[in-house]
Amino acid sequence: MNRFFRSGEPFIWLTGSALALCLFMISGLVGVILYHGLGAFWPKDMVEYRTTDGRKVMGRVVGREEIPAGLSSSDGGYRIQLKTGNRDTYGLDFRWMNESDIAGRTKPEDAVVLERLEWGDFYGFVGGLYNDGVEEAIEGPLWEILNEHLRGMRLLTARIHGLEKDDLGEVNNAIEQLRLQKRRLELDVAPREEIEAVDRQYEKYWDQYEQLAAELMRLREESERIEVAVRLSSGEERRIKVAHIVRAYRPNQLNTIEKVLVYLSKAWEFFAGEPRESNTEGGVFPAIFGTVMMVMLMTVAVVPFGVLAALYLREYAKQGLLVQSIRIAVNNLAGVPSIVFGMFGLGFFVYGVGGGIDRLFYAEALPAPTFGTGGILWASLTLALLTVPVVVVATEEALASVPREIRDGSLALGSTKLQMIWRVVLPSALPGILTGVILATARGAGEVAPLMITGVVKLAPDLPVDSFWPFLHLERKFMHLGFHIYDVGFQSPNVEAARPMVYTTALLLLGIVLALNLTAIVVRNYLRKRYASSAF
Amino acid sequence: MSELQSSRVVPETATVEIEDSIIEVENLNLHYGDAQALYDIRMQIPKRQVMAFIGPSGCGKSTLLRCLNRLNDLIESVRISGTVKVGGDDIYASDYDVIELRQRIGMVFQKSNPFPKSIYENVAYGLRITGESRRPVLDEAVERSLKAAALWEEVKDRLKDNSLGLSGGQQQRLCIARALAVEPEVILMDEPCSALDPIATGRVEETIASLKEHYTIVIVTHNLQQASRVSTHTAFFYLGRLVEVDGTERMFTNPRLKQTEDYVTGRFG
Repeated sequence: MNRFFRSGEPFIWLTGSALALCLFMISGLVGVILYHGLGAFWPKDMVEYRTTDGRKVMGRVVGREEIPAGLSSSDGGYRIQLKTGNRDTYGLDFRWMNESDIAGRTKPEDAVVLERLEWGDFYGFVGGLYNDGVEEAIEGPLWEILNEHLRGMRLLTARIHGLEKDDLGEVNNAIEQLRLQKRRLELDVAPREEIEAVDRQYEKYWDQYEQLAAELMRLREESERIEVAVRLSSGEERRIKVAHIVRAYRPNQLNTIEKVLVYLSKAWEFFAGEPRESNTEGGVFPAIFGTVMMVMLMTVAVVPFGVLAALYLREYAKQGLLVQSIRIAVNNLAGVPSIVFGMFGLGFFVYGVGGGIDRLFYAEALPAPTFGTGGILWASLTLALLTVPVVVVATEEALASVPREIRDGSLALGSTKLQMIWRVVLPSALPGILTGVILATARGAGEVAPLMITGVVKLAPDLPVDSFWPFLHLERKFMHLGFHIYDVGFQSPNVEAARPMVYTTALLLLGIVLALNLTAIVVRNYLRKRYASSAF
Repeated sequence: MSELQSSRVVPETATVEIEDSIIEVENLNLHYGDAQALYDIRMQIPKRQVMAFIGPSGCGKSTLLRCLNRLNDLIESVRISGTVKVGGDDIYASDYDVIELRQRIGMVFQKSNPFPKSIYENVAYGLRITGESRRPVLDEAVERSLKAAALWEEVKDRLKDNSLGLSGGQQQRLCIARALAVEPEVILMDEPCSALDPIATGRVEETIASLKEHYTIVIVTHNLQQASRVSTHTAFFYLGRLVEVDGTERMFTNPRLKQTEDYVTGRFG
């Protein structure tokens, strides 16, 4: 026994099992997210159940569980969860069915799924087409004709969207600029003629606006003319405007390849589309964009400050009690709860700095704040503040590990201290500094709490980058994947329907953090090869 | 041991006048905090000769060497008194330009310390920091220096490779080439061969021999054979004091002081 302990085996087992446990937990986390996240878009078969009391219920099986004790009159047995869609009729997207109540099941060939702009999915059967309320004579297969209409409608909606976003957006922007210009002139007590000149321009744009609005109205009306008649499995009939259908398919008729295509199309919509239905449907592109842009802005802000501060601490400051206490304080800053940084960001950046900027440069827009409200710039700066200790500590470590010999070598050749730092020390320390940047980026990308009070919103109408001057709008509020998860998963009115969205968004956030880190690691490895000196 | 202690009480010094000297050290005292490391050093270093500093570990020979290019300035606790003149100018005068001094006096260290850059950039470094960026000038200097350091033939086809891929002996000769590139008057060498195997040591010693026509070399060494092989003059240090300076041949065959004789014949140290 004694020999067993002296051999060191127990310790190897202890350390090994600790690692195994860590790996198990991490792979469990990633596994759960992958399982739920990747499966979310798969077009499952549609099943129609007949109940023992003669009703019909159609939907997709989402889950199956033992009936919780005390919940039902029938004891024991299992129940299944069905996604029945048709929220506008049933009030809910999901329902539970006891297996003991099921008399039979079929998979109707012609069951259709219509994904709609509003009210979630429709599950049922297609009956016919109406144009302006008059039933259309159907020549040939109805499904083909419906798809034809859908394609036509997609072009029309794209035109409407373009009109709204680009043309109308441009006019709106111009009108807003003129309003601000007029207000500025009034504040400066400018001569009447100038103000009147602005008013005349204002009129011109206003006419343009009305024309566009009328055009938009006409297109909308045109798009709403065609309707499709549908029947629910429970028997109700209703009509759905074709323009409101995002995607239509018959899951029970799709072969695997077609299912994969539907899957990819939904995945692409998720990745590149805009959110609908209070974020529970559609895409998350604005959130992806906001997350990546925020992390980049943060990195741009944090790296120079962190590196310069560390350079002073390590290379110039006289090592002593003061420097030591500053070092300890910086280290401790890394442990301050992030919401505290958020509060500071709100108080200092948003109200203090932003409010000051507004009073100085955007007085004409007051009382509506421009910079004096949460925005991507302030959120990024707050996160930069949060992550600066990581960069400082890592940079200091990296600088300290540059061997004394090569510093002496540089000085002995007649370099100044600045030349030594710039040409020898920094290149040698670069991989270590980048390690710090990686850690800071990872920390920043995963942080949500401080963002919630410095500029993240549930739904941002515009991206921080667009085609209007000055193109980069740092004062704008933005969307963030981390906040999106919180909002969709826990703040949405339809939590059950939003669940796949939560998992896929979590998966995406993991992927983005991973991608950002991998980029930094690749850069570091490249630099390490170039400046291979000390091991990091 | 009693003999050593007596020598400490009444230090004897035997020096010779050197006619054509480039560096003159006068009454140099150096303290690390409270501890004195150099006592009243007074010596001259001959021009275009090789002078070896010998003595047991901790005798102050490396410290003195680092006084000659003011590299000890970087250590905060060091205090220095006395004068060191290079070409007649007091390098510890308050208005003396230490950057220019270090361009005039190159240094090769005990542990080879190439920069983590390419071979070419290592050699060109000294010129680049003076603002030289004309390619032909740099090319010429790199080739000349590498040839002078007897490294050109080995690396001429891979100047763009990282210098850390070279062997230990090649790295040390690269450091010599790097020091030569700025055309210094003096090259200080702090035990340049202590980390090298005998073959690499031989190559470096050949390099030193070929350099002495054009440069003044001061070399610190623990290896007495090396001192006798490469140097023209030798200075023996003991416990922070200069004991004896003379021509190398005389030092190793017929030193004037018994203490020197004991050391060079291996009776102590």
